Amino acid sequence: MSYARYVLVWLVLLALTAVTVTMASLDLGRVSIVAVLAIAAVKSTLVLLLFMHLLFEKRLLLKLLVPIAIAALAIFIGLTYTDILFR
Amino acid sequence: MESPEHSTGARIGMWLFLLSEILLFGGLFLLYATYRWKHPGDFHAASQELSRLDGTLNTAILLTSSLTMALSIFTLSRERSARSTRRASLFLGATILMGCAFLVVKGFEWAAKFRHGLYPSSPVLLARPPGEILYFGLYFAMTGLHALHVIVGLCVLSTMLALLLRGSVGPERVAPVENAGLYWHLVDIIWIFLFPLFYLIS
Amino acid sequence: MHAHAAAPWYTDEGRRPGIRGWIFSTNHKRIGILYLVAVLSFFAVAVVLGVLMRIQSLRPEGGFVAPQTYNVLFSVHGIIQIFLVVIPAIPTIFGNFFLPILIGGRDMAFPRLNLFSWWLYMTGAVVVLLSLALGKGPVDTGWTFYVPYSLRTTVNVPLAVFGVFLLGMSSILTGVNIVTTTHQMRAPGMGFFRMPLSVWGLYSTAWVQILATPVIGITLVLIIMERLFGVGVFDPAKGGDPLLYQHLFWIYSHPAVYIMILPAMGIISDLFPVFSRKNIVGYKTVAFSSLAIASVGSLVWGHHMFVSGQSDTASIVFSLLTFLVAVPSAIKVFNWVATLYKGSIKVDPPFLYALGFIALFLIGGLTGLVLGALSPDVHVHDTYFVVGHFHYVIFGGMGFGLFAALHYWFPKMFGKMYNFKFATVAFLVLFVGFNVFYMTMLILGWAGMPRRYYSYLPQFAPLQRISSIGSYIMVGGLAMMFGNLIHGFLRGKKAPDNPWGGATLEWQIPSPPSAENFEEIPTVTGGPYVFSKPEEKD
Repeated sequence: MSYARYVLVWLVLLALTAVTVTMASLDLGRVSIVAVLAIAAVKSTLVLLLFMHLLFEKRLLLKLLVPIAIAALAIFIGLTYTDILFR
Repeated sequence: MESPEHSTGARIGMWLFLLSEILLFGGLFLLYATYRWKHPGDFHAASQELSRLDGTLNTAILLTSSLTMALSIFTLSRERSARSTRRASLFLGATILMGCAFLVVKGFEWAAKFRHGLYPSSPVLLARPPGEILYFGLYFAMTGLHALHVIVGLCVLSTMLALLLRGSVGPERVAPVENAGLYWHLVDIIWIFLFPLFYLIS
Repeated sequence: MHAHAAAPWYTDEGRRPGIRGWIFSTNHKRIGILYLVAVLSFFAVAVVLGVLMRIQSLRPEGGFVAPQTYNVLFSVHGIIQIFLVVIPAIPTIFGNFFLPILIGGRDMAFPRLNLFSWWLYMTGAVVVLLSLALGKGPVDTGWTFYVPYSLRTTVNVPLAVFGVFLLGMSSILTGVNIVTTTHQMRAPGMGFFRMPLSVWGLYSTAWVQILATPVIGITLVLIIMERLFGVGVFDPAKGGDPLLYQHLFWIYSHPAVYIMILPAMGIISDLFPVFSRKNIVGYKTVAFSSLAIASVGSLVWGHHMFVSGQSDTASIVFSLLTFLVAVPSAIKVFNWVATLYKGSIKVDPPFLYALGFIALFLIGGLTGLVLGALSPDVHVHDTYFVVGHFHYVIFGGMGFGLFAALHYWFPKMFGKMYNFKFATVAFLVLFVGFNVFYMTMLILGWAGMPRRYYSYLPQFAPLQRISSIGSYIMVGGLAMMFGNLIHGFLRGKKAPDNPWGGATLEWQIPSPPSAENFEEIPTVTGGPYVFSKPEEKD
């Protein structure tokens, strides 16, 4: 990393924010929540990998932590949905 | 000079703690996912009452604070000099200021809601459809909990700044600042998700 | 005068004399003992509450206590046992005291965080106990705090719930400490697959502590927010769904039972090889089963909600997953029993309790399958059958595992030995009383006796009385067991460094250990359960 690279990441994050705000003012229907969450995921991934240095982490344990958290949340929400969707 | 093993251990510990924070907010995301699925129209209607400008501004503020946080640590780990410590302190101070700015904007937002009679259990809110009551309940709960974490983060960062100026942390001992930075970035990431969920419902 | 250079860990050294040297110590062994005293004290309180309930249950029409008091009794008994005793016990007492030693280290990864965890635990416990006296009365919601009742009842729910929140934070931090210690502080040569299985038990548990506890954390915060601000997320009048509370609550509270049992299973895995002087059958299988139980066990929470009104689809899914999680537990039982085969078995008190664990956990687990099947569950949900089931797995499982650990590691911790004969008699009294008490409950529940009821139909009276008598016998056994251990602590004979012939690292250092554990950090060259032939035993 270098100063320039950090600033570049920041500019990309701001750009993605602009994109997501613009998308929200278009009426994309059901796609819109998927799209805004996808952009949020991309932004978060940039922060995790580059600002929080996960890309440069050597230890496997640390690289696995966020996937584990996401998996746990996905399971909790997913199994709860087996109730919500079919009541 | 602290040992690499010890600083790795501290970093592992901080990441594990961050994991627990993700799961803490996760419970609220579960509630949000359920209630939005149940009341899509009400959620959309209620979200119109939020200021997209304020939300976008706050997003930009936090993203920038993440940049200055990362630059602060980068400066410390790159170069060992009094100048780099000073520059790192400036970046860290900027981070703190932006965190305060975030809270100010949030404070104005909440005040505006209260002025319109929109707060948990208010008569105005209770007259609305259930989906809108839930939207605002989740709005205050989630942004409130997030703001609490911002405040804690600011306390931690201020402590780091004081230690940095005193010389207890610095280029010789970056790990505590790095770990404080990890916490701050997580606070940013949570907001990255809160923003579209509450402000960008179309 | 010891031949060893270093003094025992509990002698008064360091900057702070007396009690301050204990409650401000960051030494993992002292912290383990602080937890030991606290946990067992709270256990005693909860046992007394249980005895009061069993006196109340002698008469169909009740009358020993007022109905509201009975609600308080089962609520507080549950809160103390679950959050103050069973969830913390093994990780905080034996995890703290022994994890560093078992992996060849000098302390936990974060000693100051460790002390902070204990202070958080004590604060949470005090807040819970205070909530019983402050405000408009002690909680009567059951330890499950179900909405909407917990939102409406006038008693002091917020303070009690806040205390549990603090206890949860303590648990999360302990989990962080255990995972980091296991990854970072192992001695040279101690690969993951040379660690004792008790460490695998603690390690798997710690992941659940970190990932599941925050969910109940936020749920409890939401209860407080609902009561104070009327946020509305659980309130049907505002569109909230009470079932979502149950989902969030059980997303933690089911994995919580694996927090309870996995460390106990780990200890049993250490004991069986030692007392049959034979390597464990299927080390990797048992290790991976611990991880499997931790992960699959986080998928089954809906089996507490079969009759709550959740969708049939959800019920079917959760029932299927519940049957799956039984598999790794059963695999462990097979491995333990297979370890005995052609072993050189010595039935010393620790092993007695380990055998008791197997028998009682087996019954508990099998009754769990009955509850996990949808059709039978409809009939026995919220009856004494459930109460019997979970006491078999929690008390018979985790409790007997704890007692086994106490008897196994007592000589190491304190350098003294207790009376074996008395320990054996105490075990028998305890075991007989336990089964009379809880087996009768299974029968009562099957016959239709509901749980959490102040009074009951006269036809249940004979079995209720037998059950109560069993409870008194059991408590007698508990008193004998603890009395024997306390007597051993005060007046016991000096214990050898390795009374059981164990091969794990704690038996290679003096009894009791020095403050630094090892004079020199060992280099590990083999597995944890390699024994010399009986003729060569030292």
